[in-house]
Amino acid sequence: MKLARVVVAGAIHTAYPVVDQPQLLQLANGRVVNANDVQWLPPVAARTLIALGLNYADHVKELAKELTVTQHDEPLVFLKGPNSLVGHKGQSCKPPDVQHMHYECELAVVIGRTTKHIPASQALDHVMGYTICNDYAFREYLENWYRPNLRVKNRDQCTALGPWLVTADEVPNPQALNLRTTVNGKVVQQGNTAHMIHGVAELIAYLSSFMTLEAGDIILTGTPDGVTPVAVGDEVVTAIDGLGELTNHVVSTP
Amino acid sequence: MLYCTLPTHSAPWTWAGTVYGVMLNHKPALEALGDAVQQPPYQAAPKAPVLYIKPRNTHAGPGAVMIPPDVSEIEVGACLGLVIGQTTRNVAAADALEHVAGYLTVADLRVPHASLYRPSVKLIARDGFCRMASSATPRARIANPDELDIRVWVDDILVQQSTTGDRVRTAAQLLADVSSFMTLAAGDILLLGVSHGAPRVQPGQSSRIEIGDLEPLDNHYLTTLELP
Repeated sequence: MKLARVVVAGAIHTAYPVVDQPQLLQLANGRVVNANDVQWLPPVAARTLIALGLNYADHVKELAKELTVTQHDEPLVFLKGPNSLVGHKGQSCKPPDVQHMHYECELAVVIGRTTKHIPASQALDHVMGYTICNDYAFREYLENWYRPNLRVKNRDQCTALGPWLVTADEVPNPQALNLRTTVNGKVVQQGNTAHMIHGVAELIAYLSSFMTLEAGDIILTGTPDGVTPVAVGDEVVTAIDGLGELTNHVVSTP
Repeated sequence: MLYCTLPTHSAPWTWAGTVYGVMLNHKPALEALGDAVQQPPYQAAPKAPVLYIKPRNTHAGPGAVMIPPDVSEIEVGACLGLVIGQTTRNVAAADALEHVAGYLTVADLRVPHASLYRPSVKLIARDGFCRMASSATPRARIANPDELDIRVWVDDILVQQSTTGDRVRTAAQLLADVSSFMTLAAGDILLLGVSHGAPRVQPGQSSRIEIGDLEPLDNHYLTTLELP
């Protein structure tokens, strides 16, 4: 099942796709609306937002020159606040002093129930579903203190999420999904979740070994190589097999 | 004057939004690093506040703290918590405190670690590692959040005395600098930062934190029994 959270006429609704009619959405109350007439919210009301850095072997290679410490055996985990989220067709601000704002297409995992001390073999049973994330970064703001620091990774509305929460039953193998990013229609990033260093089940096992995950917590699983700078006015589409396409617009800072 | 809400009929850890901490905001803590700030892996002194997040699984109150079996001791970081009362974005330092609904005694617990290069979530975000006093004090009752005495006792012995002053960024300046790139929402809590030389505790010990006339915070530390 695919579910979205949308705003229609001033109210928040759960919405579902309509078979063979991508221009339409069916609301939980039965009403059918044009997809262009809704505002898309992130598909999950955020609780704890967990993100992974350097989780694709090819991306680590891409960044190798500037990494001052070799890759850790443990996953590189950081946290984000709900201020960072924005839904499908949303806008993310590029600050005027930043040249290297880049997209990061990521598989987002939504936890479905309380998860503590769960082995990898059972971890996927705790997944409610998946969605797409475009987790922008701003290279000029990178500092080597709790890197990646919050000025890079916790900016308002610079973590796009959506459009759908796709329930786990529709994604039998989260480690066999193609990821693709286009900027203004041109393919700029491609990868496959098979190349994660730490897969979804392993990440859940690792995280739940020291912290309790709750329903609605989200794990952003990192991005493959191919990150390039974006400019104000760009339309950035991040897509993952079976999860749809997440559109984001880069805008100037107000 | 902004209207700020401070829930008073429920405990802070039940309504706290995102809790943001800041490292190296106490000048002696930054000075103690000396030349190391210029060396790898840091290579430069911090420019933006060195922020981290204490997520919801860490939020709890007074009372028992379970020390995980893989940890021998933990650091008790006494912090003044600024409880945000209104959406706070791009505020000037001069107006920043108007966005604070109240002040809260917080114990920022962490597994001791020297390196600040990586975010160290595993050392910062264990279950129950952000302890909050039972109630916050309304802003109007605190004349100046930058000159409150901080006292930490371990097993009834006074082990750390400092103040909320001597900061790289005052409470108002920290709010201004953080809100220059991200929004703080009502219910979020921004910690002013641990004073240098935070004491450590082991299972069997207890701690008490007093900050000015705020509600104090008492905790005791227990071993987590490992399940077979």
